[in-house]
This record gives sequence, C-alpha cells and structure tokens, in this order.
Amino acid sequence: MAHHGDHTHDAAHDGHDDHDHKPSGFFERWFCGTNHKDIGTLYLVFSLIMFLVGGSMALVIRAELFQPGMQLVEPDFFNSMTTMHALVMIFGAVMPAFVGLANWMIPMMIGAPDMALPRMNNWSFWIMPFAFALLLSTLFMDGGGPAGGWTLYPPLSIQGGNNVAFVIFAVHMMGISSIMGAINIIATILNLRAPGMDLLKMPVFVWTWLITAFLLIAVMPVLAGSVTMLLTDKYFGTTFFSAAGGGDPVMFQHIFWFFGHPEVYIMILPAFGVASEIIPTFSRKPLFGYQAMVYATASIAFLSFIVWAHHMFTVGMPLGGLIFFMYATMLIAIPTGVKVFNWVATMWRGSMSFETPMLFAVGFVILFTIGGFSGLMLAIVPADFQYHDTYFVVAHFHYVLVTGAIFSIMGAVYYWLPKWTGRMYNETLGKVHFWLSTITVNILFFPQHFLGLAGMPRRIPDYNVAFADFNMISSIGGFAFGLSQLLFAWIIIDVCFLKRGQKATAGVWEGARGLEWTLSSPAPYHSFSTPPKIDDRMLAHGDVAH
Amino acid sequence: MAAQSAGGYYVPHGSVWPILGSVALFFLLGGAASLINDDSGPGMIKFLIGLSLLLVMLFGWFGTVIKESVRGMYNAQVDVSFRLGMVWFIFSEVMFFAAFFGALFYARHYSVPWLGGEGDGFATNALLHPGYEAVWPTNGPAQVGGPFETIPAWGLPLLNTLILLTSGLTITLAHWALKVGKRGALVGWMWATVALGCLFLYFQGTEYVHAYQELGLTLGSGVYGSTFFMLTGFHGMHVTLGTIMLIVISLRCMSGHFSKNQHFGFEAVAWYWHFVDVVWLGLFVFVYVL
Ligand SMILES: [Cu+2]
Repeated sequence: MAHHGDHTHDAAHDGHDDHDHKPSGFFERWFCGTNHKDIGTLYLVFSLIMFLVGGSMALVIRAELFQPGMQLVEPDFFNSMTTMHALVMIFGAVMPAFVGLANWMIPMMIGAPDMALPRMNNWSFWIMPFAFALLLSTLFMDGGGPAGGWTLYPPLSIQGGNNVAFVIFAVHMMGISSIMGAINIIATILNLRAPGMDLLKMPVFVWTWLITAFLLIAVMPVLAGSVTMLLTDKYFGTTFFSAAGGGDPVMFQHIFWFFGHPEVYIMILPAFGVASEIIPTFSRKPLFGYQAMVYATASIAFLSFIVWAHHMFTVGMPLGGLIFFMYATMLIAIPTGVKVFNWVATMWRGSMSFETPMLFAVGFVILFTIGGFSGLMLAIVPADFQYHDTYFVVAHFHYVLVTGAIFSIMGAVYYWLPKWTGRMYNETLGKVHFWLSTITVNILFFPQHFLGLAGMPRRIPDYNVAFADFNMISSIGGFAFGLSQLLFAWIIIDVCFLKRGQKATAGVWEGARGLEWTLSSPAPYHSFSTPPKIDDRMLAHGDVAH
Repeated sequence: MAAQSAGGYYVPHGSVWPILGSVALFFLLGGAASLINDDSGPGMIKFLIGLSLLLVMLFGWFGTVIKESVRGMYNAQVDVSFRLGMVWFIFSEVMFFAAFFGALFYARHYSVPWLGGEGDGFATNALLHPGYEAVWPTNGPAQVGGPFETIPAWGLPLLNTLILLTSGLTITLAHWALKVGKRGALVGWMWATVALGCLFLYFQGTEYVHAYQELGLTLGSGVYGSTFFMLTGFHGMHVTLGTIMLIVISLRCMSGHFSKNQHFGFEAVAWYWHFVDVVWLGLFVFVYVL
C-alpha cells in the first residue's frame, strides 16, 4: 500500500496529522501508538502471558490434588490459587485475547483503516497490565490474595485481609478497559464499514463481536456496581449484603450473576464467530445458514439476561423463580443447537482439509458441545441440587472455556498468523500441538465429571481417598496439557522472531474468502487507507453465492 | 452509515495521554486501597500522585482534542464515531445505576419482607429475628446505625427536582441559541445551567448535613441508609462531573469554539446532563417519594 501518497484527496476533510508511516521509536509505537494491529498484538501477547500465569496457578492446584492429603501448599493459599486462577484466566487471558483478535481483524474484515477511536483503544489496552499488577500484588501482601472464590460472594469475600480493596479496584480498572474496548468496537462496526459492506454481509466474527460488545457495555457496569457495594460493606459501614441491617448476601449473588451469565457469552460468542470463519474456509463452502447464525447469536445474547439465577438454585429462591430460570436456561439450547447444526451442515459434503486451524475448529465444535450438554444437565433444578458446587460444574465450565473459548482462540491464531506475520507457521508442529492438547485436555477434565457425580466438592485442597484415582489421572492430564502449551508458545516465537516459515500469499488458504484475504501478507500497517470496492464474490458471508 | 468514508480516513497520531492515564489510575486506586486499609503513609502519597497525574492527563488529552477540533481536523465520520462513543458511554452509566436501583428494589421487595417473615422467611423471622416487622424505611433487625428519620420528599428533594428540570430547559435553550447563532444568549443560558447545577449541589450538601447531624441518617443506617446514600451519592458525583463539564463548555462557547452545525462537544455534555436529570427523576420517585 502507498504509505505516503495519501494527502492528495480533499484536504479540508482530511486530518493532516494522520501519519501513514509507523511511529519511529519503540516507546512511541508500543506505548503511545494508535494502530489497531499494534494494539491487537499487545492484547494477544498480554493474553498469552496471562494464560501462562493463570496456567501455572492451575498447576499448583493440580499438584496439590494429585494425591489426597495436604502435601504442598497451605489451604488458604490453595484457595487463593483457585480464586486467582479464575480471575486471571477470565479477565486476563480469554477476554483480552478476543479483544486482540477484534482489534486485528475487524477493521480488515469491514474495509476500515483502523478502529474508530484509536487513542481510546490504546488506553483500553494499557489499563490492563496495571490492573493485573494491582491484582497480582495481593499475593505478596500480609494475609495473601483473595481466597473466597472469583465470584467474590459475601460474607466470605469481605472477610479477607487488605487484599479486598486492591482486588475490587483492579476489577474496576478491568471494567473500564472492557467498556472502552467495547464502545470502540461498536463505533468501528457501525461507523467504519466500507460502502457496500451491509450489516447482513458482515463476517459472522464481526457480528458476534458487535453483540458481545453490547453485552460488555450492559453488564460490566453492573459488576462494577456489585463490587462497589462489597467495598462499602467492608470499609464504610453499609449493609447491602448483611441481614442484620436489612440486606441479604443472596442479593449480591443476584447482582453478580446478572453480570456473570452474560459474561459467559462474552467469552463464547466471539469463539462462535471464529468457528464460523474457519469452518467454511476449510470446507470450501459458504457458511450454511448465515442469517440463522446471526439471529441465533442475538437470541443467545437476549436470553443471557434472563437466566442468571441458574447459578443459585441451591441458595434459596421462590419455586416460581426456580422454574422460570430452569426453562429459560434450557431455551438457550435451541439457538446454540442451530449453530452446531449449521457448522456441521457447512462441513457436509464440503471438500474438507484439516490444517491446524480446522483441527481446532472441529475440536471446538465437538468438545464445546460436550460442555453444552453438561450445561443442560446443570440447568435442571433437581439435578443441580446434586451437582451444585461439585467437580461436575468444574468439568462443565472448563469444557466450555478451555475446549470452547481457548481452542477457538488457538484456532484463530493459527488461521490468521500468516496474515499477521507474512509467514506460515510450522504445520507439523501445529498438528502435534492440536493432538497433544486435545488428548491431554480430555484426560484433564473428563474424569472431573465422574468426580463431581460421585460428590467431590470444588475449591477444596484435600479430599476423600475414594476420589484418589480420578484426581491423579486429572492431574497427569493437567501437567501434560500445561506442557503442551509451551509448544504453542514456541510455534509463535518461531514464526514471529525466528521467521523460519515459508512466505505466505495474500490468500493464505485456498478456500478463504473475505476482505482480510485481499490484503497482502503481512497486512499493510493501515489496513484500508481508502475504502475497498465490495465485490460479493470475495465475501465469505451474507447472501452471496460463490 | 459509512457514507462519509469516500474522502480520506482520519487516524490520529499517537499520544502519551493514555499510558499516563493508566499509570495515574494505578497510583490513584492503589493509593486509595492502601488508604482505606488504614495504611496512611505511602497510601496518601500514591493517591496524590495518581490524582495529579490524572488531572494532568485529563487536561492534556481534552486539550489536544479541543485543539485538533478547532483546527478542523475532524471530519464528519469522526464526528459520528464520537457520538456513538458518547451514547454507549451513557448507556454504560445507566447500567451502573441499574445495579444500585436493583439493590434497592431487591431489598424492598424481597430481603426485608423475608426478614419480616413473609413467604419462605417464616422460620427466619420466628427463630432469628423474633419481633422484627418488615417496614420501609428500615435499618434491619439489628437496627444497624441506630434510630433515624428520613428526608421528606416534598421539601428540598422536590426543590432539587425543579432545579434539575429547569436546568434541562436552560441547556436546551442554549442549544437553540447556538443553532441560530446567538452567541450572547448561548453563553447566558449556559451559565444559567451551571448556576442551577451548583445550586442543586448546594442543596444536596445541605440535605446531607441535615441527615447526618439532625436525623441520624447515615451511610451506616442499615439497608435504607446504604441504598439512600449510594444512589444519591453517586448521582451527586455525576452532577458534580456534569457541572465541571458544563463550565468547560461554557468557557468554550465564550471562546467561540462551536459553530451552528459543528458542536459535538456541546451536545455530548448536553446528553450527559439530560441523563443525570433522568436518573434524578428515578431517584426522586423511588428513593424519596415511594
Ligand atoms: Cu450461567
């Protein structure tokens, strides 16, 4: 792309300050920059680091649980590991990874030069490392980090030491970052689409992010409000969550899960988007049921606001509430089923090939569906009375989040890495990484279903000897899965720094469609400095025939 | 939607303000956390460093944007991005208040009646809180914070309602004056709006002093005091912020920063002010009247 020939058009309406070249200094580019690709890279790198940090915490947990009895850590530290592992993985690994993908891909997919509000974009990212510095610093304080579980239920959560204030302020910072990131994504999608890129021609990844961004703006402030009430209950004498003053600890759970359930979809809708990009490419067919995909995503987002109390069936609620939340939750299976059906139908009779991104996408569809089914089991009130707070729940949400969200993120990285760097990753190593991950992740989490059904509670450092065998298997799977991810880090380093892969073409994948594949690999610094002409034949989606 | 993109796109140059803002938040909130944990030494210093950095950042960032705007660097597409940003920011604020309104409704309709023995709460009341009757206002079975009286809706709160509603009118008149190019009227109505905002805050301050000193109503007065001060307090902070924004905009009006058809900064603050106004109406009805 011409980087200096850009000042010829209407000068009155053009920013004379739009530097078309990369900022020169390291500090200018990475700390003060406004480029969507650089900021996307920062998000992705941050997410990978947090993935490894959160993963090490998981290994502490699995090491302690390798055998019954107390071996390695103090119970309180164990509890703070489960708490921190969740906070780091949710807010530090999964969410920033998807925001990073959004930053990189959305402008390229809709024919825009950059994000709509580039400076705010920079701020959204740079709040995150500071928020996590605040959060992780609590591990080194007197009294240790938060140990009451990531859901921060009072009264337990506010009986902690000095960490409470730090954790709450860190959550506030993450919220500010997420809200600004989401506002930016909505403004970009609604305002910066190239002429002809109608809403119903947008890639499904862009659609899922539009809806995710709406969810973020709707619920992150509610989380901020709920933790603010925790803060005042602990430090300023309010009694929102104390029955003595007329409040109710259960009220926190209602407000928290009004955020918490949509949060689950915040972490999975973009994953649906990624699968909807990868599967058509390697099936060499357009996505089956494009509009159904869009409407299913919107339905899931709508339903996510009226199901929150399924996390609270055992805490006490009127019978009418139990029944309403049970059926509303089960309804979600319908749009989700539509999606799974459409992915399978896209593959049906396609001329499929199984490069690493496709392996991860297919793995995602199958393993996420297992997590979906166990979710359906948990939605049934009388069954949930048995499963609640057992390892069955742990198994369920790890299938959804690890083999769901994280598998899709890895698939997305393999899918778009050649576009980002201009080089192919090592395909053999990629496949090895996929198979190692898939086998070990099942050794890790599948036995936890049985542990839960047999009655092993979550968040405990010691357990009955009856649970010993499955725990040992699970721990072995955990360490193997953790080590396999070092291979993932190596593959990325190999492409980005050692630059050993083959040069990638603009199209990269034979069956790839969509605007991002019309740009060179690596993509130019500013994606589209003038809006591209939209030609239906090169679009992946919408009412287009190939 | 994307019609304005035919010319050139505008991508701003890099800026040091975002990273400075992050450092500021880190010090501000880290310091605040130390402070409320009674660790006054380094906490206060960190807090003050954070606060000053944040102020520098806000002045710097808004200053840069105002300068760029006055130089005409923002095209119509950028204007739409700013508008979308502001609209969705206000929506996020609405949801923030929704959390506290939710707490108020939950306390009034569920937790307090249950403590009083309604529905499934029969045993709770009989065994744990015998003799506790569910009434509103309440500070719970333990009478947390001691006896208190509430502020009658039809005194100062009503006056404050009228003040805010009037300020909504004056800012609309200012907008009208801006659109027909009457600078004098514009500036006049703007300062009238600022004055009404300050008056509101003065009366609310008076009300708080009255509550704390004479009525025994504090933040610690059980769930009534908690919801009352949280809702009115966060609203008051938003009025304060809105008033500061109005002052900035009034000064910019006097400097002639806005033209008849290009005045997004003005409109953004007007939207924000209307939002604060609407939240107050919710407060007046659900906190004071009902
Ligand atoms: Cu849920």
